[in-house]
Amino acid sequence: MRPLRALRWVAWTAFAAGILVAVVAVLTALPAYAQDAAQEPAYRAFPVIGSRLAVWAVAQLHLNFAAFILGVPIFAVIIEIIGWRTRDARYDWLSHELVKLTFAAFSTTALLGALLLFLFVGYYPKFWTYMTSIFFPTYWIYALLFFAETFTVYLWYYGWDWLSGSKKWIHVGLGVLSNLLGTSILVVANSWVTFMMSPAGITESGALKGSVWGAINNFTWMPINIHRLIANIVFGGTIAAAYAAFRFLNATTDEERARYDWMGYVGNFVALSAFIVLPFAGYWLGREIYAFNQTMGITMMGGFMSWLWIIQAILIGILFLGSNYYLWLGMERIPGSERYRKYVPYMLTILAIGFMVWATPHSLIVTLDEARAMGGTHHPFLGFFGVMSAKNTAVNLMILTTFLSYVLYRRANRLSIKPWVLTGMAIQWGAFFVAAAIVVFYGVYGYFVESIVRIGFSVYQVGAVLGAIALVMTIDVPMFRGARSTGAIRWGRIPARSQYVLILLAVTFTWLMGLMGFARSGIRQYWHVYGVMRDTSVDAVTPALGYAANVITIVTAVFFALVMFIFWLGGLSERGKAGAHGLPAPAISGGSEDDR
Amino acid sequence: MSLFRSRFVQAVLIVALAFVVLRFGIRPPAPWSVIKIYMTVVFLAVLIYVSADADSWRSFVGPIRSTLVDPSRRLVRAALAIVLPILLGYYAYTQAAATPEAPAELRAVHPAPPGSIQFRGKEINISGVENPLRRDQASFKKHAAAGGETYIKNCVYCHGDNLDGHGQFAPALSPPPADFQDPGTIAMLQEAYLFWRIAKGGPGLPRESTPWNSAMPAWEDRLTEEQIWQVIMYLYDATGQQPRRWETAH
Ligand code: HEC
Repeated sequence: MRPLRALRWVAWTAFAAGILVAVVAVLTALPAYAQDAAQEPAYRAFPVIGSRLAVWAVAQLHLNFAAFILGVPIFAVIIEIIGWRTRDARYDWLSHELVKLTFAAFSTTALLGALLLFLFVGYYPKFWTYMTSIFFPTYWIYALLFFAETFTVYLWYYGWDWLSGSKKWIHVGLGVLSNLLGTSILVVANSWVTFMMSPAGITESGALKGSVWGAINNFTWMPINIHRLIANIVFGGTIAAAYAAFRFLNATTDEERARYDWMGYVGNFVALSAFIVLPFAGYWLGREIYAFNQTMGITMMGGFMSWLWIIQAILIGILFLGSNYYLWLGMERIPGSERYRKYVPYMLTILAIGFMVWATPHSLIVTLDEARAMGGTHHPFLGFFGVMSAKNTAVNLMILTTFLSYVLYRRANRLSIKPWVLTGMAIQWGAFFVAAAIVVFYGVYGYFVESIVRIGFSVYQVGAVLGAIALVMTIDVPMFRGARSTGAIRWGRIPARSQYVLILLAVTFTWLMGLMGFARSGIRQYWHVYGVMRDTSVDAVTPALGYAANVITIVTAVFFALVMFIFWLGGLSERGKAGAHGLPAPAISGGSEDDR
Repeated sequence: MSLFRSRFVQAVLIVALAFVVLRFGIRPPAPWSVIKIYMTVVFLAVLIYVSADADSWRSFVGPIRSTLVDPSRRLVRAALAIVLPILLGYYAYTQAAATPEAPAELRAVHPAPPGSIQFRGKEINISGVENPLRRDQASFKKHAAAGGETYIKNCVYCHGDNLDGHGQFAPALSPPPADFQDPGTIAMLQEAYLFWRIAKGGPGLPRESTPWNSAMPAWEDRLTEEQIWQVIMYLYDATGQQPRRWETAH
């Protein structure tokens, strides 16, 4: 048997075993539910590290993988459609490459999911029994969706050559379908998690009141659906970009470098576009948490988690700086981009100041002397930066700046030939300044109104930014249609440090996801299901931030180790037969042109 | 002139300038913990600035490389070989040496309030509750004045006659008394939150506010329910702040 075939068999078998294990585990949980609960202990202890840590680590890993295999196909299919409509082979190649990555991670995801279920059933039997009593009907939906998803993705991947040419539309349809199925899986799983945070549809004693829909459609379900969907795209983009960076750094030929440079760029572009809207989705989620339970909201924002948001701000600041830096470095490969270099210091200054404002803590760490000098625990000047008004303003300005970077990048090698170009550009700059002015105005005005009004201001700020983005793009696209080029992009001619930035972004984002997961879970404090089912296990304390950070770091490292291994496996099939299998890799301008 | 063209010199100058501004430009001085965060950001930004394109990177690395390898720079190299370890050693010393000062600490200033509290044997809801005295607009003045009296009799020693936390006792207390003029205190809290804090004081703080070294007394045995609501009204009235309202669930 060829090694590839053998691998595929291993993957298949592992995958089937995973599904089987999952089904068996669910079924074994059922009799337990029927029996007298007293016969089962409420908890069992996981050896050495304890049950909580075991569940935490596996859940985070599972989520990382799941996010990847749900996020990547979303833009893979979009890229495939672009390739299909424009008949540009490199898009089709890229899409195939992306699905290949997804595919490689598929069985690991399923296995981790089964393992997680095992841990719940085995170590938290009472909790799991309770969840089953509410959500049992959804288990079947979940399993069915999973089967459907698996087979669609298999067809999508293996049918690439078969369903090409005139049958391409069927193939694209498969891609779309697998995304619909994937998203549905996400949405079902989210109903369980969000129910634990913000239970709904149940009686005082915790029993289901009406149909299971009441429990599914709880306060945080929709916001989490949206938030996770967008975050998955960002995550998928960064991981795909990191993969490309890895291949770039290992590349031996110019063609390969050009190809993976381009792939890294697209991955980062996808991540960045989705990332820009992520704060808004997060904001909505925060509001819903407040609306569900004020105490929970305050615990989250002002209580023991307030420092978590500073860490979050630092991570997001790094993401902003990193993605802009990557764009600026990317201008190196574009002839004609030199004229935009002069903007970099200004954009960098805005980003840096925004970063500082955002990372200013509300609860400062101060020594006694410092507190005396400040006349309180609040600094009379820095205190202004510690509150939401300042932070929203900073973030919105950072988003605008990042968008500006992108706009400049876009036009780096193009000179518009439209007669109205001056007017167009004037309007674009105007849009930037008006949006910035609105953001700053409401930011400052926010200090003079009561907080309930202030909260509403963030909507205007967001609206101004999104409006500016929309307006600028509507002008930009026609303005540069048929533009004169100052030279083709020399893919592959980018300093190696840019590729390390891509890897850094992927690691940072993964870490950030771990942190936010901790926040989401941690605000339940000593509850399994908030306000309904208490956590009476030995682990019923919310761990300190430092401890959480260590766990998240270890799990992130394990995740990347696994991903590297899986990607390496995936790469095995290409060894020694470049272009022989699957789609031939297209040449990309910048690499040597001789295989065209 | 050409000296300032060098990216290396620029980078050093920016970092130095940023430090001076942050350390001495902010009055009263910003806590070290914050300066550290800020300087990290500045440092990152400067690194990005010098490496954002190939020319600039070359200009930045040039002097470093020549200092490390050029024979003509032997003296500088030797000087650095002595000065850098000494600086590092000094830094290590400042970190390790014991100081009489208590270490900087982090406590949650505004922990989550309980859903309800026991006040003199009666259960009072905190979550979602508005100040009951506000319903009667006509006697607003009366209540605020009575609250002012309560404040002067009980709170002024710590929270100060300007409500800015600079009372007579304040210099002795850590954490210092809350500054009600600050937008980061009562302006972002609901009145019921204040009710809880005033009734239960420092001793009533939850776990996340460890260490429980707040000197804020628990007033439940000395003030009546009405007096507490009155003094709250006074706090907002006198500072011109608006209390945060509870958001309504939709
Ligand atoms: C012995 C000094 C002292 C006295 C007297 C005192 N306080 Fe305080 N108060 C403090 C300190 C110290 C804090 C800050 C630490 C804390 O939050 O517990 C504080 C905090 C508060 C807070 C919380 C503000 C916030 O932002 O969380 C309120 C409200 C408050 N005091 C109201 C009052 C009222 C009303 C009185 C009079 C009835 C009063 N205090 C009397 C020392 C005092």
